Amino acid sequence: MNLWAAADQPTLEDFGHDVWWIVLLKVVGIFGVLVLMTLFAIVFERKVVARMQQRIGPNRVGPRGYLQSLADGLKLAFKEDIMPALADKPVYFLAPVIAAIPAFLAFSVIPLGPTVSIFGERTPLQLTDAPIGVLVVLACSAMGVYGIVLAGWASGSTYPLLGSLRSAAQMVSYEIAMGLSIVAVFLYAGSMSTSEIVAAQADGNQLDFFGLQFTGPSWFAVLLPVSFVIYVIAVVGETNRAPFDLPEAESELVGGFHTEYSSLKFALFFLAEYINMVTVSALAATLFLGGWRAPWPISVWDGANTGWWPLLWFFLKVVAALFVFIWLRGTLPRLRYDQFMRFGWKVLVPTALVWILVVATMRTVSREADLSTGQVALFVGVPAALLVLAGLLLASRSANSDTRVMAEQASAGAVHATDPEPEVLPPAAARRRPAGAPSRAEGGFPVPPMDLKVPPSPRLRREGADAGGAVVGTGRRGTATIEEDGDV
Amino acid sequence: MTPGDADVVIGTGEAVVFWVLGPVALAGALGMVLSRNAVHSALWLVNTMLALGVFYVVQSAPFLGAVQIIVYTGAIMILFLFVLMLVGRDSSDSVVETLRGQRVAATVLGLGFAGLVGAGIARATEDLPVAGLGDAQAEGNIPAIAELLFTRYLLAFEVTSALLITAAVGAMVLAHIEREPGSRQTQKELSRARFLTSDRPQTLPGPGVYARANSVAAPALLPDGRTLDETVATGVEPQEVQQMPRPTGREQLGSPDAALGTLDPAPADSGEQR
Repeated sequence: MNLWAAADQPTLEDFGHDVWWIVLLKVVGIFGVLVLMTLFAIVFERKVVARMQQRIGPNRVGPRGYLQSLADGLKLAFKEDIMPALADKPVYFLAPVIAAIPAFLAFSVIPLGPTVSIFGERTPLQLTDAPIGVLVVLACSAMGVYGIVLAGWASGSTYPLLGSLRSAAQMVSYEIAMGLSIVAVFLYAGSMSTSEIVAAQADGNQLDFFGLQFTGPSWFAVLLPVSFVIYVIAVVGETNRAPFDLPEAESELVGGFHTEYSSLKFALFFLAEYINMVTVSALAATLFLGGWRAPWPISVWDGANTGWWPLLWFFLKVVAALFVFIWLRGTLPRLRYDQFMRFGWKVLVPTALVWILVVATMRTVSREADLSTGQVALFVGVPAALLVLAGLLLASRSANSDTRVMAEQASAGAVHATDPEPEVLPPAAARRRPAGAPSRAEGGFPVPPMDLKVPPSPRLRREGADAGGAVVGTGRRGTATIEEDGDV
Repeated sequence: MTPGDADVVIGTGEAVVFWVLGPVALAGALGMVLSRNAVHSALWLVNTMLALGVFYVVQSAPFLGAVQIIVYTGAIMILFLFVLMLVGRDSSDSVVETLRGQRVAATVLGLGFAGLVGAGIARATEDLPVAGLGDAQAEGNIPAIAELLFTRYLLAFEVTSALLITAAVGAMVLAHIEREPGSRQTQKELSRARFLTSDRPQTLPGPGVYARANSVAAPALLPDGRTLDETVATGVEPQEVQQMPRPTGREQLGSPDAALGTLDPAPADSGEQR
């Protein structure tokens, strides 16, 4: 297996010798893949979020609704293009273009597979690579910020301007954390080129556990877990995705930087956002998840890392990373802006710096003491990980102790268990209360009416189980009300 | 390329890139000086910096090119833009000179400075032996830079970082506002206070789906037609505003009760059962 892998693994010398039509083919192929991935990611996101919210999601256009985003894209292209009266016209026009172009460019250094044969030409499945490969992605994401910042400024309107100010601060800060998280990978791989980072994750680590020999994982996500976690958090901020989507927080800023945009210009922003998501997912797969190499149970098969098969493993990893993005969006509420910035600067960046120090020290020590990576992982990494886990467990238990005590006492019948004498509270602001409604003090927490008729779930109705509405309880116990009354 | 090779051969690709991007970089520089709007100036500068970054890459210094784009165009110019946007978008330069003769003096001094620097560099590098790229970075661009940075120029490197950190700490000290610890309520305290003292722990209701007027003074309507006075913003007297007529029959717009499914769920359900 290793012999085959070595033969197919492209090195830096393999790039830059392609015939012109192969280069053209690769460029067009990457463009097509990115557009298709965007269309897929939008439908995928809508369907996954719908499932998480007990809905069905788009299911009308095309087979099982999978052509929905194609229809939406076509619709978007035919909408009216609006130029606001106060807009700065050249910049307003350029901003979506500036956002979209770097998004496409960044994918050119992502390795999609090993050396394959295209119409008889041996060529790596990667447009190009350079000694600074990963830095190209960073540079492109740095340029992409301009699109968003300029869009908000050029719109000549308040909300977009606020959105673009937020995004400028946010992306600059989170790019630092992202760059620092990658440094440890560079240290381990000994290279910044994407194809060589994939090669560095090719062979498993030989672990020697008291005479017991086995092959450990060589993915950098396992070897450098802290880097991986910081990278994942930072790229969510970098791509403006929920829960870090403050530049376009629709409940605060209408639409943020793209409030004034419509038609194809808006479509370009949408395209750029999803391509950025795909790119950072692909970069996560490349840097931390072994790139196009097959994951463990499949890699036992000798042919897994040859020919066109790696394309499949690669895109499976990308889709898994996309799912995490969507999962986060479906689960977490948006952060407050100051908390978000504090988290970036006071938690992510210092953690990344300390981690780089630790990794560099371990590298030096293991080189001086002549230890293998596997030994270091076994004798230092595992105990350290156990220590951190124990610490986290203790911390979370002590953080939740108030809640647990309160819950236990509440279940024993007490109300305000930890606070028998509530502290002096600020006077309640004068608020209008609907006449006749009971106050909170009278036990009148807003509840739905007792005889609320809930329409049956569409899934139940499809099975024909229950066509009529059902009277449901509102989840309040009569005894609880009495206790609350007694408390006041 | 051997050391001291006088006839340096420039590849076709490099020449093409130079003749395409050279004018672009120059146009950016001129545009930066000549445009009235500060943000446009910044954008022209970004244009020049990008062109310079590409030049570095073409001249076999890929790391320098990438750092030029990431650090200068990506971070520093974004901060410039940040400040310019805070200043406001209508603060274009005034055409009136505030200092008499300012432009002439600036032009003369600028040209003089450029001449001095150019002549100085030309003199200093006149008889410098050319080592050639192959010798300067035998093991590649990045290891060569790393070796120089961490051996020969280590002191300069560290002093620069100390300078930058001092500047950052100084800016923070100047901008910092001392606050008595505990003088601000935490989010937890605020939330407790809101839940324990008020009748409405959640936010106030919005303008309302059923409102028939496009005015902040018009309260929202409840589905049964009553008004919801809490939706009027504080500071606005609730008043009688001109409203669109309410739909009276199911023929006109459909009954709001039917839309909620509380009164008469029959139409929605029978359609599904066929």
